Amino acid sequence: MTAPAPPRHDVDLMVIGTGLAGMAAAAFALRRGLSVALAGAPGESLFASGLLDLLAVHPVKDRRLWDDPFAALAALAADEPDHPYAKLSRPGIEAAFAAFTDFLAGIGLDYHGHDGKNALVLTPVGTVKHTYRVPAGMWAADHGIRRTPPALIVDFEGFKGFSSAQIAQTAGVFWPGLAHVRLPFPGGLPAPYPEPMALALESPKYREELARALSPHLRGREMVGFPAVLGVYRTRETLAALTGLLGMPVFEIPTIPPAVTGIRLKAAFEEAMARMGAATFFQKLVLGVRAGSGGFACDVGWNAPEAEVRARGAILATGRFFGKGLAPHRKGVIEAVFGLPVVQPASRSKWHAERMFDPAGHAVNRAGLATDGRFRPLGSDGQPAFDSLYAVGSILAGHDWTRQKCGAGLALATAYAAVEDFAGRR
Amino acid sequence: MRTTVLIIGGGVTGAGLARDLALRGVACVLVDKQDVNAGASGGNHGLLHSGARYVGSDPLAARECREEGEILRRIAPHCVEDTGGLFVAVSGDDEAYVADFPDLCAKSGIAASRLDVKTARDMEPALSDRLIAAYAVADASVDPFKLSLDNIGQAMAHGARFLPWTQVVGFRLDAGRIRAATLRDAATGREYELEVSLVINAAGAWAGRVAALAGPHVDLVFSKGTLLVTQSRITDRVINRLRPATDADILVPGGTVSILGTTSVRIPDPDDCRPSIAEVDQIIDEGAAMVPELNSTRYIRAYSGVRPLFGKTSAGSGDRAVSRGFALLDHARDGVENFVTITGGKLTTYRLMAEKAANLVCAKLGVDAPCLTAATVMPPYAGGRWTEPGLAPKKWLKATDPTDTILCECEMVSKSVVDDIVRTMPAASPGTTLLSIGLRSRIGKGPCQGGFCSIRVAGHLYDTEVVRGDQGLHEIRRFLDERWRGVHPILFDFPLMQAEFQEAVHCGLFGLELVPEDDAWKEDA
Repeated sequence: MTAPAPPRHDVDLMVIGTGLAGMAAAAFALRRGLSVALAGAPGESLFASGLLDLLAVHPVKDRRLWDDPFAALAALAADEPDHPYAKLSRPGIEAAFAAFTDFLAGIGLDYHGHDGKNALVLTPVGTVKHTYRVPAGMWAADHGIRRTPPALIVDFEGFKGFSSAQIAQTAGVFWPGLAHVRLPFPGGLPAPYPEPMALALESPKYREELARALSPHLRGREMVGFPAVLGVYRTRETLAALTGLLGMPVFEIPTIPPAVTGIRLKAAFEEAMARMGAATFFQKLVLGVRAGSGGFACDVGWNAPEAEVRARGAILATGRFFGKGLAPHRKGVIEAVFGLPVVQPASRSKWHAERMFDPAGHAVNRAGLATDGRFRPLGSDGQPAFDSLYAVGSILAGHDWTRQKCGAGLALATAYAAVEDFAGRR
Repeated sequence: MRTTVLIIGGGVTGAGLARDLALRGVACVLVDKQDVNAGASGGNHGLLHSGARYVGSDPLAARECREEGEILRRIAPHCVEDTGGLFVAVSGDDEAYVADFPDLCAKSGIAASRLDVKTARDMEPALSDRLIAAYAVADASVDPFKLSLDNIGQAMAHGARFLPWTQVVGFRLDAGRIRAATLRDAATGREYELEVSLVINAAGAWAGRVAALAGPHVDLVFSKGTLLVTQSRITDRVINRLRPATDADILVPGGTVSILGTTSVRIPDPDDCRPSIAEVDQIIDEGAAMVPELNSTRYIRAYSGVRPLFGKTSAGSGDRAVSRGFALLDHARDGVENFVTITGGKLTTYRLMAEKAANLVCAKLGVDAPCLTAATVMPPYAGGRWTEPGLAPKKWLKATDPTDTILCECEMVSKSVVDDIVRTMPAASPGTTLLSIGLRSRIGKGPCQGGFCSIRVAGHLYDTEVVRGDQGLHEIRRFLDERWRGVHPILFDFPLMQAEFQEAVHCGLFGLELVPEDDAWKEDA
């Protein structure tokens, strides 16, 4: 007896990976009228801060921060010709950000930012992060950090890893008018983790209770900062209602992952994919791929194949080590799905610097896939490994996204370029 | 300030000396340029030797180990986990050594009972199926941090003082005697004098540098030993390779983990003591011959200790043959009447070393009080108890206090435990608070290696006003840099994924790498 063949799907494009790069690739492809299948484990998106970086630091060893990300980009492209950004143009990057923030607005997640200038947000350890596009809930922090009006930072009893005292003390070095207060969470709910709090604050009852508890602390204050718990599915309404109740601007401060900011993205994205007709395989992996003249046949499943997807083209957006796109074994780094050659340091002894915060960063973080100018990964002969396979996002070689603050931009802009290239071939 | 005896070095020898002198009624101050067990005392297996390891090479050391092991079990049973141990040989090992082993043990009075191979593998299923011989001995594991802290705790209860992060930077000599030592607070740079009747240099690998400050030359060479910590406990007992002592031949269980090591690599400078990637690969390959799953198990971190070996030997591979015994030097022969150096030795026999050194010190001071350390029970010290794996979660589960939030989820350490440590530890200088708490607890020692708990503990320190201003950024960075020393050589497979995630948070989101170093909180050079 033979098992029934797994169901088969025929699509234009198979997107492998559901982090930011995979999400963006799928959204861009659907927008271009392509049929899309998408597979991936929950991915790094669950751990996302929600911030969309473009580029803020270059050169990393000098720790130089830039206000204008495009000026930074020009310098980067000149200094690091192997950086993926060196293959991209400013209009393409701007179009990618515009297309993705449009997509996010369409699923209820508004983003703001300056034209051609990085925005500022406060972090949970009280530092200032330079980023490019910020969720609406965090946007008021940009004004706060630049103008430093008297403000109040709020946290909740029992909420781990978020101390308003820490933020007020640390940021107080440049923002002297910061006060802080710790309140019991409304309704007496225990509050160790952010998601239940964020869901509770979608209800008017809890918001009103919070506003009442806060009112004695607001005298002389002009804005209020909260941990990023102002709603999960209804962030627009939650933010507007709380701003109204308090009578002053409100901003969120990202919390340490896993955070609500990641849950928001993931939930809205999954819903949108289903609505837009993508064949989605969440919590599934591409277990095997067969390449033929017409494209790829992918076995999708968890332990055993549960579906076969046939696609004319594929986008590899599996991420790095944490995303499991790259497997860092004792003897070397391996690309997990296709076994593509990985550009990497000569030996493990060269992977990391002796200090975690070495200003130059760690060499292994620049390991990854080399591509041609169209983001097609190269085989061992230096030619594109497959005609219609693209690699996008952090799996690419030549960048250091955590140090350069370019992770989201890299994901969006390379996904955009790959989809445009593939769509243009029809 | 003045005291009778200044003890330099907060390793187990210095801690044992403080206890010994304090119990004899001699006033003393113990200083360390870092904190407890910063050198070899913190960089070893935590193995309480039965003595069987030394029956071939050094029968006297073997006998001393046996006797001291018995004493420690009596005076400080809470520091010892009486695991028992096995000596095992695998096919290919030296069969002549295996054949001689029982007789050698008998000659040193060390009990070793022969097991058939099947019984040994039933007792420890992780052992290789290529076993050819096995003996059971009375090895045990000991928590070196608890041991040092308990020694210091009892010394303090008898009037001794402990000053961590305090470096001796000079001596004032007059007519062949040290009159005073100049001490520097490592964090603030403030210097002050401590008048003394006698100085004992227990600075381990740094003893040569300390001695030179007063003039005498102490000839040391440095041997680095690297060890690996596994995520889970691989065996219940200590497993020794039954062969002449060499690399990576001991696996010691300690609480919820096992420790595999060690290597022996000559290094020119004791400050240059980091585990290397080549050592890690060698340890794993060698250890897997005894216990195959060491090839695939997950490692949490690596660490190194530096053994000070007294007397230059011809350079090379013979460091294990150089005596691992200790040197007790009376610098009267160098023209400094009231100055003594003690260096080297083993964790297992630390008490005996301290006794011999204290005897010399007391003779020089004209004190005739007897040594009480073998007969006096050493109670657990409040400031040392949280190093024990499993204790913090036990307390938390029992108390069921919903407001006592867990800060370190890997090792289940709650706010109240951190508060207790802050209350009982010596005042930390700005920038070293998190490190000092980490040293006195399991915080940062679990799989996250400080990624999450550093943030949560720092937040709690702000909430309780222990830390102010932007000091927390430097606290977190310094703590993570210290953890990194140990993680760096094992960054492959899962630990590398973890490290990338940690970097995404601490660099990508927080930008901690961009925070300018603050001179006041810089690591000492």
